Amino acid sequence: MCRLFAITSEEPLSPMVAFKALDVMREGHDGSGVGLFLRDLGGPFEEMKDAPILSGIFTENGLKRLDTFMMNLGFMTKYKLPIKVSRTPPAGIPKRDIYLVRAYEYPEEWDGLSQQELYSRLVSVRLQLRKMGEAEHDMMVFSFWPDVIMIKEIGEPLKVAQHLKLDRKDLKARVIMAQGRQNTNYAINLYACHPFFLEGFSTMTNGENTAFIPIKDYLQSRGVPGYTGYQSDSEVFTHILHYSQMRLGLGIEAYKHIITPLQDKEIAVHPNAALLQSLKQSCRRLIIDGPNCVIGSLPDHSLFMVQDRKKLRPGVVGGRPGKYAFSSEICGLDAAIPDRDKSLDFQPMHTDTAIVGPNRQEVTTCRQTAPLPLPR
Amino acid sequence: MPSNRPITPSTLSVRDLPWQIVWDKDKCTLCGQCTAICPVHALELGVFRKRTVALPLGIIGAPPENHTQLFYGIRQKTDPAFACVGCAMCTMVCPNGAISPHRSDDMDKLVFHRDRGGLPRSRGGRRNTPGTVLDQIKFIRISMLTDPALDAGRHEFEIRTLLGRVLPPEDNLKFIRQNGWIPPVREIYPLMIGGMSFGALSPNMWEGLQMGVVYLNEELGMPVRISTGEGGCPPRLLRSRFLKYVILQIASGYFGWDEIIHAIPDMKEDPCAIEIKYGQGAKPGDGGLLMWYKVNRLIAAIRGVPAGVSLPSPPTHQTQYSIEESVAKMIQSMSMAWGFRVPVYPKISGTSTAMAVLNNLTRNPYAGGLGIDGEDGGTGAAYNISMNHMGHPIASNIRDAYLGLVTAGMENEIPLIAGGGIGKSGNLAANAAALIMLGASGIQVGKYIMQATAGCVGAESDRCNICNIGQCPKGITSQDPRLYRRLDPELVAQRLVDVFLSFDMELRKIIAPLGRSTSLPIGMSDALGVSDYHIAERLKINYVV
Repeated sequence: MCRLFAITSEEPLSPMVAFKALDVMREGHDGSGVGLFLRDLGGPFEEMKDAPILSGIFTENGLKRLDTFMMNLGFMTKYKLPIKVSRTPPAGIPKRDIYLVRAYEYPEEWDGLSQQELYSRLVSVRLQLRKMGEAEHDMMVFSFWPDVIMIKEIGEPLKVAQHLKLDRKDLKARVIMAQGRQNTNYAINLYACHPFFLEGFSTMTNGENTAFIPIKDYLQSRGVPGYTGYQSDSEVFTHILHYSQMRLGLGIEAYKHIITPLQDKEIAVHPNAALLQSLKQSCRRLIIDGPNCVIGSLPDHSLFMVQDRKKLRPGVVGGRPGKYAFSSEICGLDAAIPDRDKSLDFQPMHTDTAIVGPNRQEVTTCRQTAPLPLPR
Repeated sequence: MPSNRPITPSTLSVRDLPWQIVWDKDKCTLCGQCTAICPVHALELGVFRKRTVALPLGIIGAPPENHTQLFYGIRQKTDPAFACVGCAMCTMVCPNGAISPHRSDDMDKLVFHRDRGGLPRSRGGRRNTPGTVLDQIKFIRISMLTDPALDAGRHEFEIRTLLGRVLPPEDNLKFIRQNGWIPPVREIYPLMIGGMSFGALSPNMWEGLQMGVVYLNEELGMPVRISTGEGGCPPRLLRSRFLKYVILQIASGYFGWDEIIHAIPDMKEDPCAIEIKYGQGAKPGDGGLLMWYKVNRLIAAIRGVPAGVSLPSPPTHQTQYSIEESVAKMIQSMSMAWGFRVPVYPKISGTSTAMAVLNNLTRNPYAGGLGIDGEDGGTGAAYNISMNHMGHPIASNIRDAYLGLVTAGMENEIPLIAGGGIGKSGNLAANAAALIMLGASGIQVGKYIMQATAGCVGAESDRCNICNIGQCPKGITSQDPRLYRRLDPELVAQRLVDVFLSFDMELRKIIAPLGRSTSLPIGMSDALGVSDYHIAERLKINYVV
């Protein structure tokens, strides 16, 4: 089992809140690894919201190659988060040379580029770095994006946090997502560790995606450079989200109509029947069929949770205005936001999407049977 | 027979025939029903003479006596024209169980003498090789612990497939916004009844199937579709609301299409789809064939031809000389005939050139799918050589086509429909599921339906297989009322419903443990395994031992 925790807060929080929540849910995960996603950063990164931040793990040699590569492109280091680890990691955590979180200045010749072009170049740089790292096993790159940090490692989540000394003043964020347990369905590989990130969209998943291969085949043939990797069956959830918003121009309310469409008899009585029927047919290869709870973060800093069609996975959202958390278990929610009205906790069911918007004032839910906002 | 009887090259003994009739004199009541029912007249009255020599006991000098007895029974003809086909109707009608055909344990010699008059053998049925690669494929991805397996009996399932050109999502949304033309798409049950023409099948068989299909749709909510095959469609069906369950087939003989075109203004419903048959798995490179025995007045009227003549369709559509023309012109004319509201797709026989056809279809926005009929397909009439030796196996053909579409990013846009020997060994759901996971969107079956709904006795051991001469002992492929009245259409319909319901449950029993229920697992090749390394490599599925 995986355990998921995500929190969105007006005040920047330390990632430790997520590690503690994962720790109380430890009966539900095997502690074999952790992935952390931070966005809408506080601390020193607050002042450099536009600077792309590179997150990854490097060997000494990898770092040298990274520096050469980035310098050749014209990137200048703007700020780096110094992560010092002890020479001998605790049992279960591999020894690494460098955990890198580094903000860059854009190359001068990128000045004046449209945002779309800028973003597509950032993806291209990340993919090149990943490829270089895979060739010589000296670098792993998790994200390269403004205002986003990702940290992934094998081992018991809380031990990893202590080892990396993540409880620090200069690492704070308003949106945090964390996943406990390494993906065990495929080879142990940090690229298979949730959350996944692509061009501003991030998701993490509890449960196995049984339709992985056909979905992967379909995404890979869309001609989008970022649709690659797929060390984990859950990576497709991020890419489907990206596809539905960036390529189809649909909002988050439509995400569930793509991954878990309504049955025909429900569509027949839906106010957007024609659109939904077309969507179900044309996006048929993106239908997930497994038992999955997906928690995700959108570029506008919204957080959301959706469940599979049969609602076979646990998931709850709760909090108070200004601070809301999404958790696999209620005990995780209790650990993070004890002072909330528990009677307002909400467990999204098979047709629900629970969203906490960027203003963090309430949980909105949209049901698939409700009218769908028309495509942008 | 005198030992010095003259023999001809084709004089065979019973032993040389593939089927030998074993008859028990002691049980036989001489009722004659076996000889009456034999569709090939393999039996004739036998008058047997038996001599016994009686030796007097104890009387010296008394001579031995001759006693001659006569007895009656049946005799199996050895003339190749009347060779037993093993249908075992004699066994079925015998009140005493005194007679049954048995397969020879030796290679038959009849095979060398079946070309009388210089005409090579033609027959009905399927390629005479039992078993298929599909039977060897197993479903190995069972959801265990990492995710709960689904319950085939309790969870909600939506076993549906799409027939018709599906637009890429971007275009689809754009055309909705701009009120553009969106190609017609039908949501149908993935198991379709393949083309068996009115003419190849008896009126009772056709009626039974149509009734069963309507029942499945209207009473059970299963959108099952049936193809007409190349033989037109009865006028009343064309003008009925049930036409929406029917796929009208047009093939190179265009039989029945005069009637169909003229009925268009009177149609209450659009047909489900139009299937353009370019080839057939049972007889690749050869056209349809309805032999003269079966062309009676009714069939002649529906097809618009004179009665009593053989109806061979040309191997190709004579009006077209190239694939471009076939695809562009024919699909477009058919689409236009129904106002672009009906999906139109070609069906070809399995071939190593299938990819070229598919590539062409990907560039035609009106192409609604591609049917590929593998070498194991059945037919009512074909030359034995075409049936046994021509064609391409369906498994690798479908796999290549699917992977080709994946490379082009069009796997959701052009549905592939697989046919040809599916359920040949009785494993209908397993074969169908394997093909779906190899990449097929839908499955067409014909022969299995005849066997399961009407008791067709034909088999890959060259049993019966006389569909072509209109003597079908079960009345399935005969146009002789004396034969087809044996078949009760109501019971055929009922059996068809049984077949589809049990298929549906078996398919769930396969896909539920794989963790699939809300969409058909098309191309889910990670679930497939086979214990033959080369098959695994070729089909790009798991090699498991």
